[in-house]
Amino acid sequence: MTSATHRSAERIGSTELGPRPLPPLAEPRAGRQPETVDTVLDNGLRVIAARHGAVPMVELRLRIPFAGEDPGHPARAEVLAETLLTGTRRRDRVRMDTDLAAVGGTLQATVDPERLSITGDALADGMETLLDVLTDALTEASYPEHEVSGERDRLVERITVARSQPRTIAREELQHHRYGDHPFAREVPQATDVAEVTAEQVRQLHREAVLPRGSTLVLVGDIDPEQTVRTVRRMTSEWHSAEAARELPALPEVKGGDVRLVHREGAVQSQLRFSAQAVPRTDERYPALQIANLVFGGYFSSRLVENIREDKGYTYGAHSNFEFTPGNGTVLVDADTASEVTAAALLEIRYELGRFALVPPSVAEVESARQYAIGGLLTSTSSQSGLASTLMNVAALGLGQDWLSEHPERLRAVTREQVVEAARWYVPTAFTGVVVGDAEQLGEQLRGLGGVRLP
Amino acid sequence: MVEPQPHRVTLPNGLRVVLAPDAEPGSTEPGGPPVVGVSVHYDVGFRSEPEGRTGFAHLFEHLMFQGSESLEKLAHFRHVQGSGGIFNGSTHQDYTDYFQVLPSNALERALFLEADRMRAPRLTEENLRNQVDVVKEEIRLNVLNRPYGGFPWILLPPVLYSTFANAHNGYGDFTDLERATVDDCAAFFDTFYAPGNAVLTITGDIDVDQATDLVHKHFGDVPARSVPPRPSFAEPAPSGELRDRHRDPHAPLPAVALGYRLPDPVGELDEYLANVVLAAVLSDGDASRLQQRLVYRDSLVVDVHAGAGLMGAPLDARDPDTFTITAIHSPEVTTDRVIDAVDSELERLATEGPSAEELSRVTARWAAGLHRDHDRLVSRTLDLGSTELLHGRAELVGELPGRVAAVTAEEVASAAKALRPEARAVLEIEPTSESDGGAA
Repeated sequence: MTSATHRSAERIGSTELGPRPLPPLAEPRAGRQPETVDTVLDNGLRVIAARHGAVPMVELRLRIPFAGEDPGHPARAEVLAETLLTGTRRRDRVRMDTDLAAVGGTLQATVDPERLSITGDALADGMETLLDVLTDALTEASYPEHEVSGERDRLVERITVARSQPRTIAREELQHHRYGDHPFAREVPQATDVAEVTAEQVRQLHREAVLPRGSTLVLVGDIDPEQTVRTVRRMTSEWHSAEAARELPALPEVKGGDVRLVHREGAVQSQLRFSAQAVPRTDERYPALQIANLVFGGYFSSRLVENIREDKGYTYGAHSNFEFTPGNGTVLVDADTASEVTAAALLEIRYELGRFALVPPSVAEVESARQYAIGGLLTSTSSQSGLASTLMNVAALGLGQDWLSEHPERLRAVTREQVVEAARWYVPTAFTGVVVGDAEQLGEQLRGLGGVRLP
Repeated sequence: MVEPQPHRVTLPNGLRVVLAPDAEPGSTEPGGPPVVGVSVHYDVGFRSEPEGRTGFAHLFEHLMFQGSESLEKLAHFRHVQGSGGIFNGSTHQDYTDYFQVLPSNALERALFLEADRMRAPRLTEENLRNQVDVVKEEIRLNVLNRPYGGFPWILLPPVLYSTFANAHNGYGDFTDLERATVDDCAAFFDTFYAPGNAVLTITGDIDVDQATDLVHKHFGDVPARSVPPRPSFAEPAPSGELRDRHRDPHAPLPAVALGYRLPDPVGELDEYLANVVLAAVLSDGDASRLQQRLVYRDSLVVDVHAGAGLMGAPLDARDPDTFTITAIHSPEVTTDRVIDAVDSELERLATEGPSAEELSRVTARWAAGLHRDHDRLVSRTLDLGSTELLHGRAELVGELPGRVAAVTAEEVASAAKALRPEARAVLEIEPTSESDGGAA
């Protein structure tokens, strides 16, 4: 269409020499493990500091277990996260941002049913400023009335925007479907609850729940780990608690069952979301299950993606991931498909689940997934931000850098038999879930397929 | 940290190669992580696709993963991932990129995979039809089924620009995508995917000499083909305020996007960078001008963002490029109140300029952001490649923090003054949903 005289597609696709052999892999070069200190301070705060990366930066992650049973908790927690960094005795909101900016820094707080998370970064020589602003907020956040009321009003609107996103709707429906009224299901607070939150309630929640004991701080970058821990000890000395921060209550086991269809007016695409019980990351079966999950749908070269995307064109992306919380692990399978092919996609997903549990992964499938798991750990932890996030994820489960550095060996030791065994977690009857889409278009096709509860 | 100077090689077939090792040769410093990044940038983006074939450049990007002379369909994915690596590609206004990040022992394999599809991709009817379906799902996911989908990058250009190249939807209309033929693919490949129209970038845990040998070995016999003269996409700036409205069935709240023309990113780089600084002064951080005024003081908007570059990042396209200001606001607040508040903040900056503290804040955050980005091998690789392609000098990446730091208050004031109401586009998003958008 563009070049006047172009070759045909057949001509383009072949050369005189013909196909060439794939080059072999060279000997892998071992990476160095980052120099790491992992310790618990007197105030109960676990600190992990690692020297890593080539740039003069430091990455910060703070996890405060932040569960709450009270139905009003999610709304108060959300307002707290939005206003934690808006004022202290020493700084107003603009001063906080200005002090951070001077060292190229950022800090932001988010909350979910499991934890209050603070993430940040700064130029490495600005780490003290970064920590100073952070500890100022942790020990002296004042929650000024005008900031709380302003954020509260904005939150009501942001929640409306969030709830208009198909993925948010689907996640919320899945959480309620598999966990009922458990606090873990309350991810997005109700706008009406948010509208009633007072500054005093937020201050009280801060006093009761923003606690160092049981929390974890990760710092990764161009830093001296020993020196960093000394700095943190000094700077957080005013932050103390007798009680520990609140971990999420144990989750009920996910039981297989019917999929629930949820109506979304005017949808042109459906969200398919399924879940089954798995094992915690600390379980000795986890490495085999990790490889099995990749083969099923955990990466692009998986059975699920090759079927419903690359063969049938039903979806842009299909995934199978784990969700880990302390002491628990589940599998989440998702795909978004056009309304017309939603039932066909559901049929193929069930087919692949059944096939996976019954037709064992081949040696080639296992080896490819194994290399991907090992390589993925290497590439994802090669940056400071990647290592910081990974360290925090495993720290939340009670693990540390040593677990990470030993994990490639664990993956190498997995046998094909163990992967075949792990694949049995994927029997179709182990799964339940939701389909969110236009029920008028989907009802008929899904009714015919069965195993779907219509609205 | 001073960014190391990239090494540069050009093959006889015209392929330009940029090599940026973690450590300089002879350095006694232990290397970084044993990971490499490989990217290929082709000098063609969605501005070059012909009329009647909207979305073709992006569709073609998908086809480059569907097999080549030595590789069956699906083999590319399996070989990259089975070597422990990750991959992807993306289509922009003026270029299309492909990348892999892998353990460094897979470098030769990555080069083989890129060379094989540069030499002889397998373009088949079956793969084309399959990927048309996949791309349509991608568009449903990111645009049609999502509130604010395509806002502003698809919706704003047809208001601000008048030529097909600049104004059309780069994701494509379904009818155009369905009309695409295998012969269109052959013509597109022969026209734009010549080695002389591409930049290969290799970064990370590499030895420059060894990597260069591997490049010659795998890309050396990709035949040279003529490279098309690059068209100019220039068009006059608007001579009045242009307005349009888009009805969004999924959006719960109204939104507005303002679009302005930027100085030429290549020919007037320093003037362009003044706009990058201006954007940060306007919306980066709680202390920024628009956050303070529109969000915290007047409570007009839920969110506001200013930025140079249509696709969300500066220095990602040649001329003409777009400065955007976007905001989601309450239904009780009129669009004109939001715009008036933006105009008054721009006016204040045009008259008084930013303070020294505002400038130093932007400089520090920009330098830190660049460090942070470049600590991720995928970002470093892609940034070096696109900068070499668009500016002819990958070195510019390392020079940018200094040039951003040198931007003066007067230059930022001039940039603010140039964002005039009578030379901009205004796009309003009008929510049309019956329900609250939530699930029943």
